[in-house]
Amino acid sequence: MTRKIRSHIVQEEPLLFELSSPGKRGCQLPALDVAAVDPREALGEDNVRVEIEGFPELSEVEVVRHFTRLSTWNYAIDLGMYPLGSCTMKYNPRANEAAARIEGLAWAHPYQPEDQVQGCLEIMARLEQALAEITGMDAVSLQPAAGAHGELTGILLIRALLASRGNPRRKILIPDSAHGTNPATAAIAGYEVENIRSNDRGMIDLEAFPSLVTEDVAALMITNPNTLGVFEVNIARIAEILHSKGALLYMDGANMNALAGVTRPGDAGVDVLHLNLHKTFSTPHGGGGPGSGPVAVKKELEPFLPVPRLKPVDGQWRWDYDRPQSIGRVRAFYGNFGVLVRALAYIMACGAEGLRAATVDAVLNANYVRKALEPYYDLPHKEPSMHECVFSDRRQARHGVRTMDIAKRLIDYGFHPYTVAFPLIVPGAMMIEPTESESLRELDLFIEAMIAIAREAEENPELVRTAPHSTRTSRVDEVTAARKPVLRWRPEG
Amino acid sequence: MRFLPKSDAERRRMLEALGLESLEQLFAQIPPELRLEEPLPLGPGLSEFEVLEFLQACGRRNVVGRPCFLGAGAYFHYRPAVIEALASRGEFLTAYTPYQAEISQGLLTAIFEFQTLICQLTGMDVANASMYDGSTAMAEAAFMARRITGREHVVVAASVHPEYREVLRTYARNQAIRIREAPYDPETGRVDTGRLAALLDADTAALVVQSPNFFGVIEPLPLAAEAAHSAGALLIHVFTEAVALALLKPCEQADIVAGELQSFALPPSYGGPYAGVIATRERFVRQLPGRLVGQTTDTRGQRAFCLTLATREQHIRREKATSNICTNQALVALMATIFMALYGKQGLRELAEQNLAKAHYVAGRLERRFSGPFFNEFVARCGGRPPEQINRDLAARGIIGGLPLGRFYPELADAMLLCATETSRREDMDRLIEVFGAGEQP
Repeated sequence: MTRKIRSHIVQEEPLLFELSSPGKRGCQLPALDVAAVDPREALGEDNVRVEIEGFPELSEVEVVRHFTRLSTWNYAIDLGMYPLGSCTMKYNPRANEAAARIEGLAWAHPYQPEDQVQGCLEIMARLEQALAEITGMDAVSLQPAAGAHGELTGILLIRALLASRGNPRRKILIPDSAHGTNPATAAIAGYEVENIRSNDRGMIDLEAFPSLVTEDVAALMITNPNTLGVFEVNIARIAEILHSKGALLYMDGANMNALAGVTRPGDAGVDVLHLNLHKTFSTPHGGGGPGSGPVAVKKELEPFLPVPRLKPVDGQWRWDYDRPQSIGRVRAFYGNFGVLVRALAYIMACGAEGLRAATVDAVLNANYVRKALEPYYDLPHKEPSMHECVFSDRRQARHGVRTMDIAKRLIDYGFHPYTVAFPLIVPGAMMIEPTESESLRELDLFIEAMIAIAREAEENPELVRTAPHSTRTSRVDEVTAARKPVLRWRPEG
Repeated sequence: MRFLPKSDAERRRMLEALGLESLEQLFAQIPPELRLEEPLPLGPGLSEFEVLEFLQACGRRNVVGRPCFLGAGAYFHYRPAVIEALASRGEFLTAYTPYQAEISQGLLTAIFEFQTLICQLTGMDVANASMYDGSTAMAEAAFMARRITGREHVVVAASVHPEYREVLRTYARNQAIRIREAPYDPETGRVDTGRLAALLDADTAALVVQSPNFFGVIEPLPLAAEAAHSAGALLIHVFTEAVALALLKPCEQADIVAGELQSFALPPSYGGPYAGVIATRERFVRQLPGRLVGQTTDTRGQRAFCLTLATREQHIRREKATSNICTNQALVALMATIFMALYGKQGLRELAEQNLAKAHYVAGRLERRFSGPFFNEFVARCGGRPPEQINRDLAARGIIGGLPLGRFYPELADAMLLCATETSRREDMDRLIEVFGAGEQP
């Protein structure tokens, strides 16, 4: 139990508002070198506020200590393994952080004329090209800000292409194992969602599939490998069936880290896919974002990509706004540029061989963990695993220990929990994705911890059910949080 | 490959444990015809030195580091060093979305503070934990108004950022939402309040007004709210320059506030990442898109925070969710929180007053196109010279000028949007004024 963590000092810290005391500030402005202007005169008496009521007043050192103390209450990939299935918590190279902070890149303004920002445009053009090569697609838009935003862009592209052929159609088919963003996206793009059942191998049932693809179906949204970590072996056939009925194949590229350098979705007949640069391409999750969700498409969808598009003109990059068939913009400006710089830095550092080697190690790690844990946990689907494996809590549930309990107990062993209760097709799912970033030592520690918890579930289930025991904060009451929402601080009384 | 922490010997041991002979066997389930035969045409992996050398060279190809008077949704503000030092801590930078509350209290606490600070700034009751950017926040706010009112149409002021309006159109296209634009008063640069009543009707879900608007002009939000409410529609207040909120009275009648926080967090970074936010009234909280952090207790009775009201979100509600958003801009929201904490009540006010003073210094020496009150941006007439020509003249003097408006507003082809902030030095502003004035003499 002490191989990975021990307890150490954790400091208490109030909220900013509770620390505040009038008259303090944490920064100094330069001396004003022009005449001061009275806001009430310039803006009108009615437009000017007296003060920002309740706003904190703190010194610089207090601000530094406040956020440093808060940071010690967080787990992070820099501290250890983060086996969150589907989320791809891999190491975030620090050089990429340095890259994004290069002054000439970070301080470029989006409305500078193109001849002043050729460096930015070169980076974007190179990344577009690299992502097209990696995915086997013809064109890439870097505009979407995150995976779900890329999904929306992709489905709008499909809709625009089908509309240009005379009928946008009504439905999107989505497997029951899909991420929640898929149906939510289809709905926002104006489509009905038809959920399709996975077969007993956790894949799309090729027997039943053709009859589902009616004239109403615009596209299938597939995740490959799917959320069980299983490669959809019939993907090329699925694409053919869709195409023969005038429908398209959308691929959720959240799991592209299982494929990069090994196989290309474009070669399997995928028409549109999005990538999560904050997963496969190592940019940091930052506690939930910023991400970036580029969309890659086949040639016939290229005219519909968001405006503007990069275009070479006389040896320089220009933005092309003259795109009459475009779906329009999906956000202001051109994309999460700072994230794009990091992703290009990663791809350059890896090269072709490194990208493939990362994929191989990710799959090796998942299979190693699967093999080691199979004697202790129920493995509902026995198909070969790619980058992640999904167990269920069936054996532990007999002792009243559920997947969430096991996940929370992992914290006591110094690990972040795996993904809990997803995919929905596996009751009590425990979805484990080690990524390529884990050393053999860290993997063995994780396996040891999981085996120890399996034993605890039999011998002392209460210990597991009430975990974590080692953290500053014990299990939180999420029910009351939702029932009586307190969403902001207010002064007492 | 330096990011892979295993030796070949360790890989062999792992293969042995799996009963495999080669790494290729791990991919046996992929049909052979789909497996890549050749390496991708990406070249060899490069050292850190080589990668950074290339990207630094890209940085040098940009014209950056000169005085710049561009704003229009992306602003040059000084970033205290503390922001970078704290937000670069691995515990924040390399953490996942804080679903596991027990080991995510650091970020959860900071986001709870963020939500509170945004409420204090906007005068709203609740704020979400961030959106992608201001433009998508505005589109999502319009969807939210539709869910609240059950009405289908949106009226948006033509003085709202043109790219924000484009995003709204993209989002709305397949939602049967009709968008009408409310013209601006060519005299003041404000939305023409006299024409709002005719545009708002029983089908209107919301009126969307930006203040300070794209021209930098402060909009008459109370009048806009009155017009919206008398038609039974909501008022959505949009902002792109968060610093203005420190000075401007929050509109008590607004129903939703949607905006962009780049000013508080990050350099312009060629357009992103930034962070959007939506704030609203307590009664609309269940229609908010995106993540929310709430206060609760742990089993020991201590104060704790967790993500909450998730039944609005895609991972629970799937196609019935309020939005498909999942990943947001948490780290940028953290940076904005640190910025607000550092500046604080007095500092933020002084920052806003400096911005006001600098912009008024420049505007007072140029010819303004609009008469409405303005904060740190304004539209300057170009006195018959093409704005692009003025920008070229400025570039020759080492200055990056403003945004020529003809591309977004053909009727303003002779005008340029200029922005001055606390980072604008008087000597640079004087040079800008001089170049503008130079055209007046033959």
